[in-house]
Amino acid sequence: MAQAQRKIPAPAVTPETKPFWDAAADGRLVIKQCTACGQSHHYPRTICPFCGSDATEWRPASGRGKVYTYSVMRRVPEPYVIAYVTLEEGPTMMTNIVDCDLDSVRIGQAVRVVFKPSEGGPPVPMFAPAP
Amino acid sequence: MTIKGKAYIAGAFEHPTRKADDKSVPQLHAEVARGALEDAGLSKNDVDGYFCAGDAPGLGPLSMADYLGLKLRHVDTTDTGGSSYVVHVAHAAEAIALGKCKIALITLAGRPRSEGQATGTAPRVPAAAMPDAPFEFPFAPATANMYAMAAMRHMHEFGTTSAQLAWVKVAASQHAQHNPHAMLREVVTVEDVVNSPIITDPLHRLDCCVISDGGGAVVVVAPEIARSLKRPRVRLVGAGEALKLQMGGKVDLTYTGAVWSGPRAFAEAGVKPADIKYASIYDSFTITVLMTLEDLGFCEKGQGGKFVADGNLISGVGRLPFNTDGGGLCNNHPANRGGMTKIIEAVRQLRGEAHPKVQVKNCDVALAHGTGGSLGTRHASATIIMDRE
Repeated sequence: MAQAQRKIPAPAVTPETKPFWDAAADGRLVIKQCTACGQSHHYPRTICPFCGSDATEWRPASGRGKVYTYSVMRRVPEPYVIAYVTLEEGPTMMTNIVDCDLDSVRIGQAVRVVFKPSEGGPPVPMFAPAP
Repeated sequence: MTIKGKAYIAGAFEHPTRKADDKSVPQLHAEVARGALEDAGLSKNDVDGYFCAGDAPGLGPLSMADYLGLKLRHVDTTDTGGSSYVVHVAHAAEAIALGKCKIALITLAGRPRSEGQATGTAPRVPAAAMPDAPFEFPFAPATANMYAMAAMRHMHEFGTTSAQLAWVKVAASQHAQHNPHAMLREVVTVEDVVNSPIITDPLHRLDCCVISDGGGAVVVVAPEIARSLKRPRVRLVGAGEALKLQMGGKVDLTYTGAVWSGPRAFAEAGVKPADIKYASIYDSFTITVLMTLEDLGFCEKGQGGKFVADGNLISGVGRLPFNTDGGGLCNNHPANRGGMTKIIEAVRQLRGEAHPKVQVKNCDVALAHGTGGSLGTRHASATIIMDRE
């Protein structure tokens, strides 16, 4: 089943997360990495949720990942695929799988980031099957 | 310091309504409060501690305590979603053990059905300043698809099947047929469940709980109060609570917070899963039950599918009778918060007051477990263990 493009509510942008959304507007996916413990996390925070250090920095992500799990919501006017994608850099993020047949998504599938416009806000990172 | 033996559940009441078009939410709170206090043989003027969750009308406990006409020396409005009430029982026991109150009233009420909420499929609306919201809500997380993602991963890792999940619903329906108040009293088969429409893969309509109005209340009291009352004595012997979170992106949806809340409760009670004669397990979806049973230690991790199959959860048939009122899957899920009804049915079982067709013989130790929030993102697990004195 092909997908209709759902209207995407705008994410609220705060000073803490503005660099993430500015990068998204530029077509780039960035994640936070802690220079004290070396671990990357998502969603982005000022203070590392693993070690508590405030020495966190924005790093470019490759935009490549794999589907950790997903579900096709069917009982709505415009069915869609919600998923968690595990990025090459480590963190797993909630997203939608788009630009593909709804029934073609599988756990372990290779995907790449695509940015989709939101309603009056910055574009949001979604994922499509990797070429 | 322990709560073991320091508090008793003296009163329990489940509102009989499942659709309350003609009642207000505060009125439902008052009706369940009165019901539980009458059940205990107490009056509202005896109450010195009050517990409700964040969904109760008004700021914390203020409006509800005012409306109910309570005079209090201890309050607690911890909100962990549907598990709140299991947490409240444990917190009430702690407060009683410390002498902060002697008679604690816990109420839950709501009317999502009358208000027409599409609880499972409508995208959730974020509260202001929720840090996770901008990174989740654009993708339309609802309740059902979050649990579905946990089910999908469980199937992938452990080979769990839709037919195995269906057995959870089948067992609930076998129990619900005897409950005159249950929303869904029709007995269903595995085929009925797996042939019902998919809501969000892999969950079918019959994998999902009901949406109902109503509520419930329990009264937790000090030992000397319990001994002064005429009702059978249900003693709290163990409690555990735990939060399972997203861990900065180290997402693992294959287990629940029961892996922590369960062992804490069992250790305090000094019992093992094999000692539990009856279990109330939060059943927002069939997958919630299957994963919780694994995590509480009723079977090995990944073996939940085999454990729930073939009627193993049916009273009089299987090894672990569960949700003998029909649970959230068939009976009642008032206010989209099922923790309260889990406690109430466990109390009925320990008192020997469950329906005779589902009453567990010699039910001397029971467990109630709540899951609040979402298995797909973050949730609060709460376990209590009770015995019959």
